[in-house]
Amino acid sequence: MKAKHLRNRWLGLLPLSLIFFLSGCGQLEMTVLNPKGPVAQSQYDLIVYSLWFMLGIIVVVFALFTYMIIKYRENRPGRKESDYDPNLHGNTTIEIIWTIIPVIIVILLSIPTVTTLFDLEKPPVPAAGEEEKEPLVVYATTADWKWFFSYPEQDIETVNYLHIPADRPIEFRLSSADSMSALWIPALGGQKYNMAGMMTTLYLEADEEGVYDGRNSNFNGEGFAAQTFKVYAESEEEFNAWAEEISNEAPELTAERYDELLAPGLTDVQSYSNTHLDYVKHHTREGMGYVVEKYREQFKEKLHLYEIEEQESFQ
Amino acid sequence: MHITDILVTGEPIIYGAMVSMALGGLAILFVLTYFKKWKWLWREWLTSVDHKKIGVMYILSALLMLFRGGVDAMMMRVQLAFPDLGFLNSQHYNEIFTTHGTIMIIFMAMPFLIGLMNIIVPLQIGARDFAFPYLNALSFWSFFFGMALFNISFVIGGSPDAGWTSYTPLSGAAMSPGPGQNFYLMGLQLSGIGTLATGINLMVTILKMRAPGMKLFHMPIFTWSTLVTCFIIVFAFPILTVALALLTIDRIFGAQFFTLTGEGLPMMWANLFWMWGHPEVYIVILPAFGIFSEVIATFAKKRLFGYNVMVWSMIVIALLSFLVWVHHFFTMGAGAFVNSVFSVSTMLIAVPTGVKIFNWLATLYKSKIEFTVPMLWSLAFIPSFILGGVTGVMLGMAAADYQFHNSYFLIAHFHYVLIAGTVFACFAGLVFWYPKMFGHKMNERLGRWAFWLFFFGFHVCFFPQYFLGLDGMPRRLFITNVAEWLPLNVISTVGAVGMALGFVVFVYNVYYSFRYSERETTGDSWNGNGRTLEWATTTPVPYYNFATVPYVDEIDPYVRMKEEGKTTFEEDEVKPIHMPSYTGQPFIFMALLGLASFGLIFEWMYLAVFGLIGGVVMMIRRSFDYDDGYYVSVEEIKETEKKARGL
Repeated sequence: MKAKHLRNRWLGLLPLSLIFFLSGCGQLEMTVLNPKGPVAQSQYDLIVYSLWFMLGIIVVVFALFTYMIIKYRENRPGRKESDYDPNLHGNTTIEIIWTIIPVIIVILLSIPTVTTLFDLEKPPVPAAGEEEKEPLVVYATTADWKWFFSYPEQDIETVNYLHIPADRPIEFRLSSADSMSALWIPALGGQKYNMAGMMTTLYLEADEEGVYDGRNSNFNGEGFAAQTFKVYAESEEEFNAWAEEISNEAPELTAERYDELLAPGLTDVQSYSNTHLDYVKHHTREGMGYVVEKYREQFKEKLHLYEIEEQESFQ
Repeated sequence: MHITDILVTGEPIIYGAMVSMALGGLAILFVLTYFKKWKWLWREWLTSVDHKKIGVMYILSALLMLFRGGVDAMMMRVQLAFPDLGFLNSQHYNEIFTTHGTIMIIFMAMPFLIGLMNIIVPLQIGARDFAFPYLNALSFWSFFFGMALFNISFVIGGSPDAGWTSYTPLSGAAMSPGPGQNFYLMGLQLSGIGTLATGINLMVTILKMRAPGMKLFHMPIFTWSTLVTCFIIVFAFPILTVALALLTIDRIFGAQFFTLTGEGLPMMWANLFWMWGHPEVYIVILPAFGIFSEVIATFAKKRLFGYNVMVWSMIVIALLSFLVWVHHFFTMGAGAFVNSVFSVSTMLIAVPTGVKIFNWLATLYKSKIEFTVPMLWSLAFIPSFILGGVTGVMLGMAAADYQFHNSYFLIAHFHYVLIAGTVFACFAGLVFWYPKMFGHKMNERLGRWAFWLFFFGFHVCFFPQYFLGLDGMPRRLFITNVAEWLPLNVISTVGAVGMALGFVVFVYNVYYSFRYSERETTGDSWNGNGRTLEWATTTPVPYYNFATVPYVDEIDPYVRMKEEGKTTFEEDEVKPIHMPSYTGQPFIFMALLGLASFGLIFEWMYLAVFGLIGGVVMMIRRSFDYDDGYYVSVEEIKETEKKARGL
């Protein structure tokens, strides 16, 4: 009966390996494991580096575990008297070994973690042979539940979509008009928080042209699922042409229009030929309460954003 | 005020819940009245200060909460696997994941473990009850009323919806008006009193009431894990108390500690929350380690390998647990240096934890493994927990965490450690000590079914979520709105169904075993393999626990006691035993504080003030309480013991 039970255990592992297999097939398409820029690349390298250690640990522990539960089960046929030692309770040498090995692993993992951390605070270094470019500054501000991208250099602003030149570092200056959110474009690199009354800096860069998904990854209420945006990474010329076009053709963002946009709710994609930075600075102590004070009454209402279910659901 | 202003309206699911709660409540009232059990309920349970009964009440409440949190989980899984069904809207989903997280941590995992500690720790150290039995009852009722408050929120007033972390400014009065968040604050605050009191109570019990001769390093490992946990509770919970109080003052009295206006510091909440929150994680995992150590040693029929190292590694983990809280928000932009420090301190926790894993494996070396149900849960823990542990180290690498944070990778990680760690331990511990508590074992065959269903369900549910995270799926997303994420979500939901079935079989097993299991005749229920003192006394345990407390000067004292034929009933040494009297005061006291909290939630200040004054009156009443308990006579002890031991 015991043997049958053990066989069941192995049979049971089949569905597990199936998941492994399925997931393995999909791996090439997983965004984080398919980096499209130097920042995402450095994080990918770190993840893959750590995965080797983790796999090693898993293999060792699983092997030891399997050995123990097979060899030392009570009614294994052919158990020997020497297979049982109830008073064995320690072995200094082996205990020192299995303390030191994890310490070494932690050191080996810490070194690249720390160096990567410091690298991520600076614009990505250009690949060998390429000239260093000044980062493009983009203010990314969130308000429930939308994104404002202000380009001070070009003096334009977009809502809920982002254009960036490829092969040039982007310096995002993150802030929020109300709740805490986070800018995450997994194809280009990890996230950082947007917080009212503060400004955080995040460097990202695309080294391949294309359209990527970006979103707020930090839960902030009812419209959270809809707070996404598309990132259009294009050549420097295309980007300049686009900026030029917005600058010439898009309407002006007046203070009144901006206030309307700040009200909690959802909006579609929009473009303006100036930025909101002249009106209110959400990252300052003075500006951090601006939206909450202005829209106190609206925040009291449950929005029940049924439209996002219809809009977002794929059929 | 009209009734519809208070009751939650407009949700068919909630109407259904209301009806079933009303019917369930009526059924309980009917049964109690019909069988004339009201007096029994009050005398034997509500006024009890017996640690064993309080422990049973803790565990029953925790199982009920496992059901509630599990239903929340199933609703989320249905919504994510069938996004086109329109089953839950955004608001409803947000409420459900908030209550799921809060209930599972605060009202399920902790009370389950505290329930086991309540019953087992005094028995393991040869004590007759807690150091402060009155306080113990008070702890339970504070938890109970806190839990009740939190759970009525979804029918009265509306559930909290800002996540179990309740980050400000989202959870502040401006962006989350209404009673929902107040339910979270007051529910946690009230039950937090109980947790803190239990921490102090158990700490004193363990330090002062051990059997004669028992040094700290003779204590069973589960008692050790409890002691270490108590220190974490005593240092961590005051932080939560203060944070909750500040946010309550913000929300109800208009202060500006965490607000966006008036120079508030919303990020301070995240810091305070995790200064408590990270140690909290170890409050629920260290006792689990203790349980696994006991079960593995018992069914390996062997001494625990590296006892001293096991103890020291727990102490190191407890110390480190206070030094890693920033890893919950590496992405806040604290800078490379700060993140580096917390990255390294986080990864260091893997060292003592890894050492413990190797010690468990070494305990299995040259052992005789018997695959009982508690052993199955404990063995399954090792490989499952490793998967959660290594991904924890990956999350600890701050630079990589920028990609993992807020994603399903994180969700998969903490469910792997909390379920494979804490939940497996709760099941292992409950099945292991079940005969001690109820006088009969749980059915093995049904137990295996429950285990295998839950075990495979668990892996099928959470393993795919690592890959969802790597594909960029954020947590707390109410709708699967990217087509590539759907297949893995469907697999995940299938797994969740497996876990639910496992739970159903487990609960059925409670009933089945009550009806059909053989009653225990000996105290040493697991084929005489018990190693520690709880197995030395009879089953069911007499209310005074031990007629005579043995002299202990080693680890696993019961092994030698059996060899030498000693028992906990040495007839010549029996002396009268001092026991505490039952009292209804803790129940009434906490009911009054519950009323005050309810008043604060709805900002009905008269009710709040009335309840608080009632609480103060109860404290004064207690101060003039001269009931010193009573003595059990030698004759009664001898009679009870002879009957139980068949002498």
